[in-house]
Amino acid sequence: MAKTYDLIVIGGGPGGYNCAIRAAQLGLRVACVEKRGALGGTCLNVGCIPSKALLHSSELYEEARNGIAKMGIIVESVKLDLKAMMAHKEESVDALTKGIRFLFKKHKIDEIIGAAAFTAKNKLTVKLNAGGAEEFEAKSFVIATGSEPVGVPGVPIDEKLVVSSTGALALAKVPEHLLVVGAGYIGLEMGSVWRRLGSKVTVVEFLDRITPGLDGEVAKTFERVLKKQGLQFKLGMKVTGVKKNGKGAEVTIEPAKGGAAETIACDVVLMSIGRRAFTDGLGLDKAGVKLDNRGRVVTDEHYATNIAGIYAIGDVREGPMLAHKAEDEAVACAENIAGRAGHVNYGVIPAVVYTYPEVATVGATEEELKAAGTAYKVGKFPFTANARAKVNATTDGFVKILADAATDRVLGVHMIGPDAGNMIGEAAIAMEFGASSEDIARTCHAHPTLTEAIRQAAMAVDGWTMQA
Amino acid sequence: MTTDIRVPTLGESVTEATIGQWFKKVGDAVSADEPLVELETDKVTIEVPAPSSGVLSEIRVQTGDTVEVGAILASIAEGKAGNGTKVKAALKAEAKPAKTEVKPALKVVEKPASGAVQPVPPSVRRIAAENAIDLSGIAGTGKEGRITKGDAMAALTARAVQAPAAKTPAAPRPVAEREERVRMSRLRQTIAARLKEAQATAAMLTTFNEVDMTEVIGTRAKYKDLFEKKHGVKLGFMGLFVKACIAALKEIPSVNAEIDGTDIIYKNHYDIGVAVGIDKGLVVPVVRDADLKSLAEIEKEIGALGQRARSGDLKIEDLQGGTFTISNGGVYGSLMSTPILNAPQSGILGMHKIQERPIALKGAVVVRPMMYVALSYDHRLVDGKEAVTFLVRVKECLEAPERMLLDI
Repeated sequence: MAKTYDLIVIGGGPGGYNCAIRAAQLGLRVACVEKRGALGGTCLNVGCIPSKALLHSSELYEEARNGIAKMGIIVESVKLDLKAMMAHKEESVDALTKGIRFLFKKHKIDEIIGAAAFTAKNKLTVKLNAGGAEEFEAKSFVIATGSEPVGVPGVPIDEKLVVSSTGALALAKVPEHLLVVGAGYIGLEMGSVWRRLGSKVTVVEFLDRITPGLDGEVAKTFERVLKKQGLQFKLGMKVTGVKKNGKGAEVTIEPAKGGAAETIACDVVLMSIGRRAFTDGLGLDKAGVKLDNRGRVVTDEHYATNIAGIYAIGDVREGPMLAHKAEDEAVACAENIAGRAGHVNYGVIPAVVYTYPEVATVGATEEELKAAGTAYKVGKFPFTANARAKVNATTDGFVKILADAATDRVLGVHMIGPDAGNMIGEAAIAMEFGASSEDIARTCHAHPTLTEAIRQAAMAVDGWTMQA
Repeated sequence: MTTDIRVPTLGESVTEATIGQWFKKVGDAVSADEPLVELETDKVTIEVPAPSSGVLSEIRVQTGDTVEVGAILASIAEGKAGNGTKVKAALKAEAKPAKTEVKPALKVVEKPASGAVQPVPPSVRRIAAENAIDLSGIAGTGKEGRITKGDAMAALTARAVQAPAAKTPAAPRPVAEREERVRMSRLRQTIAARLKEAQATAAMLTTFNEVDMTEVIGTRAKYKDLFEKKHGVKLGFMGLFVKACIAALKEIPSVNAEIDGTDIIYKNHYDIGVAVGIDKGLVVPVVRDADLKSLAEIEKEIGALGQRARSGDLKIEDLQGGTFTISNGGVYGSLMSTPILNAPQSGILGMHKIQERPIALKGAVVVRPMMYVALSYDHRLVDGKEAVTFLVRVKECLEAPERMLLDI
């Protein structure tokens, strides 16, 4: 007889494991199926967390080599031990995935290690990693299987010469020349890591701008800062072919609008043009779950699919592919299943690019407000005028606040600057509570901190910036 | 020794209360002044504190029970909390001695007017302080009903709009020579208020057209005797205008609709108000379900309503609930006018005087009986194209009345 649960969550990533924990807190008997053998999903194993480990390590390395001499700290013969750097990354990942296993035990959630496939609307078979298969039944299922990288047609990802973000996190040696395809956040983060560690990095982007979707003014500054750091950009270009040669690859690119092709020789090609919903082998056809034309699971606003009792959250459904978006949906979905009223405010989902400087954003961009015909006011403040940024010698970037022209309600906050990713939380809280720019301007901010730049930018909305 | 805890005096005209939550259970140790139980009354919620330290030995009433002032709620025994036996022992030991009553001190928690009191953001504090706004009168639109800066600014604007209106009833101006002061009739006051309300609410504008009345006049001349003989009522123009308007309303539903908050209410019934001038002013009795009535029935009803209007016999129901209005300034000789909407309707047709005028027709100048027609409409929900199409349809129906018969 099949083992039964109130809820089986398929996928142990940020969406899946949080959904399992929240549902268990609300009294459901929960199991979580994960085939990776480690919990945490893409985010924790081959995404957010290992990339942040390398971003931080490589930033320290670069600082030691170039940055701190002018502050009177002379470090002689700085050397890179890539193996040790990777080992530190893996240790951190390992500890964190084990942490989730501990949380599962604490909440009495059964971890099923294997690949799940629906055999009917209310039945799963799991091909266990340990061998054999087991049947499970549940009142509810949550599909939280996430996403996987997509490649350029005709250019297969082998994770050695042509790598996805997964391979780019585990290169055995520093490539002489790394070619990044796609100037989104993954490409720019991984490009930054390897540039700091010594690679020449060229970024090819189909569009004529980097980080599509980001506020245009921020993106422009971002591009200028990254160029100054040594990243090279080939914008408005598409990759038409990758040819292997003896020691690397010859990548052919040509202008997206048509024109003469050129070839670039490099050692490693990183494909970071996007990700797609992952539902392979899940047997969704057996359950009758509907997908959209991009292969994403179709759900309503309560995350319910067309089949009663089956839900989907995170990258596998529509919306930005962000771990914290999946986490929020996880909580809301679990609460809905348990008969509560879970809700996600999609207007206030922050997004961060963890380069140096960081780029962080929440709410509407200036371009979006223009397109919607919303009357707005802008307040900006540069980090060059912020005392803390000055003494830290991290003055690249600015804070930009967009507020409704009539009500002064904050509609969007966009930053490029040191520690912007941590600072965007303040903006998200303000927006969640419908704050006006004046509310931020009149909230006491500690001195000297970088957050004072947010306050000064808020003052700028009404034209009373005091420190610039 | 045990101490009884009684329902305290609850204030003027309050004799009973409902037991809310018990904060302690039997056997719990309590210290003096620690809240034991909540009492709910119509006006306030009261926490009853322990009169002395000890152990809660008995609870007499449960959550939801109704109790009268002076009733015993619970008893406290002296001593320390422990296992049940100890408490019982203490109780036994103290069975005999006289009970002392201690009047518990009251801790009154005022019930907030509506919902919980929310913290006020700094921008709202500033606006309230600078403009002396009472925040309790503002309904917050923010998270959990918080007042946002936008709410405070809207309240400020609302007050600015109200303020000039409040100024108007200044001291009455003395009546000068060759002037006369007459009190406005209720009807005149209502007309004034309603017309102004329509102007203040709707985005009102007017579109014009002209109708060649040759066909209508011809038809009327041809059949007026037969019609009167059969139906006992004169064949007028009004009935034909009502029919023409209904044909046009069916084609352009927004003219037969109204705005309610952020919704539009489309009406699938056609109750046509017909403005009637009487000596006291203007009234607009309504011909109900005019689309289901024959021309003769409509003419009869208009006649009867007009008669009742002039003799002052209209009932309030006769005037309410129209979906569209027709006003005829032509009876007084008007050539052109811009009627004001009969709120909350979104359209009104203005008829005017039929006047022979030279017009160009197929390359020749001919003299025809012409009437200008006007449609004032609420542009918030009726588009210009719809309004113009409506009026063109009315014109077409009147210039070729057979169209109404053929429903084209």
